[in-house]
Amino acid sequence: MWIGRHFALIGIVLAGACAAALARAQDSAPDPLFEQMLRRDFRAKGIASLDRLDQDEVQKLCTEARDRLAVAEQARVLREQLAKIVWPADGRFLGDWRAGEKLAQDGRGMTWTDRVGSSVGGSCYACHQLSATEIAHGTIGPSLLHLGRDRGASPEIQKYVYGHIYNAKAYNLCSYMPRFGVSGALTEQQIKDLVALLLDPESPVNRD
Amino acid sequence: MSDRMARCSGRVAGRALFLAARLAVLVAAAGASAGEPDRASEAIAKYREMLDDANPAEFDEMRGAQLWKTPRGPRQASLERCDLGKGPGVVKGVYAELPRLFADSGRVQDLESRLISCMTNLQGIPEGDIVAKPFSTDAKRSDIETLVAYVVGQSRGVTMNVTLRDPAEHTAYALGERLFYYRAGPYDFSCATCHSQNGRRIRLQDLPNLTTKLGAQRAYTTWPAYRVSQGLFRSFQWRLNDCFRQQRFPEPVYASDATIALTLFIAVNAGGARYNGPGIKR
Repeated sequence: MWIGRHFALIGIVLAGACAAALARAQDSAPDPLFEQMLRRDFRAKGIASLDRLDQDEVQKLCTEARDRLAVAEQARVLREQLAKIVWPADGRFLGDWRAGEKLAQDGRGMTWTDRVGSSVGGSCYACHQLSATEIAHGTIGPSLLHLGRDRGASPEIQKYVYGHIYNAKAYNLCSYMPRFGVSGALTEQQIKDLVALLLDPESPVNRD
Repeated sequence: MSDRMARCSGRVAGRALFLAARLAVLVAAAGASAGEPDRASEAIAKYREMLDDANPAEFDEMRGAQLWKTPRGPRQASLERCDLGKGPGVVKGVYAELPRLFADSGRVQDLESRLISCMTNLQGIPEGDIVAKPFSTDAKRSDIETLVAYVVGQSRGVTMNVTLRDPAEHTAYALGERLFYYRAGPYDFSCATCHSQNGRRIRLQDLPNLTTKLGAQRAYTTWPAYRVSQGLFRSFQWRLNDCFRQQRFPEPVYASDATIALTLFIAVNAGGARYNGPGIKR
């Protein structure tokens, strides 16, 4: 009886896993109709060229898994993403938190209404709470209020924060956060300024 | 009529200005109590309630109704014989059942692509002229967005009932769903990045979770809408277009199958709710 019940349970779990796998197989199967639709129904505008529709491996895997990719399937790709991070040659991670706050407020850049060479912001407040004074913050990402106060600013933490902004997908493969360094949206100096904003005890993130 | 419309316009615009000022006060008050981030959302919800009393979209609805019955184009025909799904000339309730497959075009069509069909077929206006600038600007109102205001207003209070009957509609729904989850571009965004969780915001803007019935219903039944920050009435195609812009994608072609498929995906998910548009947004 006990075994029977457990077999039934296993059966249900297996059926569930099969259904999920089937759904995924359906999603990941190349769909010529979908591909045709993408190529036909979008057009390049301004800096937003059509090659933006091409997926890299991370985008493809996370689309297929609807952002819930099994940990075992992430390992190799996570390593490859980590290897994409270009660490500062001078070994320093902390820039100017005042410049970082300006960048965090700036949500512009990379859209078809932005011009070539126009400045790109960090868009941090779009998704994160950062300071107690800025109440117009989004909630898609976790609150980073008091990050430096809570975690300190050791070299390990500095490096982690730098890496996370440079390539969030090296830490959490299907993270909603853009890869600001990999995509070329932000420069090394700008990422350092954001690290300082998050970790400097004098920045509005940590001082209130 | 035009006199009445001008008066209405002035009254409504004045009220919108007054309410915008009220919003600033409400949000500032909410900000005074730091550590309670929900207060800001509450203040904005209160602001929206006030806005509901005087939606400038009424003005667009009136202008759209005029445009609907005015003979225009090379054939000097009105749109009064336009078939939006319930037969030629029927406007009442049609929006609550769009997008759908149309036998004459063989296409699944949303309201805007169907209006293009009618404008080209009945009035003889070249499609290129219509889709060149489909969205209103401060300088020039779009005819098609104005017509949208009229047509959707005629479905106010009607229960959303977009169903998948024909295989073509099933295919379009599946394509729309696939597009919803498609991650790409320099920021790796999909629609789902912003619209698959409950209770999230970008800055102060609430994001509907379009993967749930309630979220899809709340969003879909309040679009198209008057955008206070832009002072313009906006169609659903505009809404999708600006989402893709912020998604850092290339531009979706106006009234293309991709945009209609995505619209169908959301409209079906919103089934059963009372349509309450045109809405009013920040």
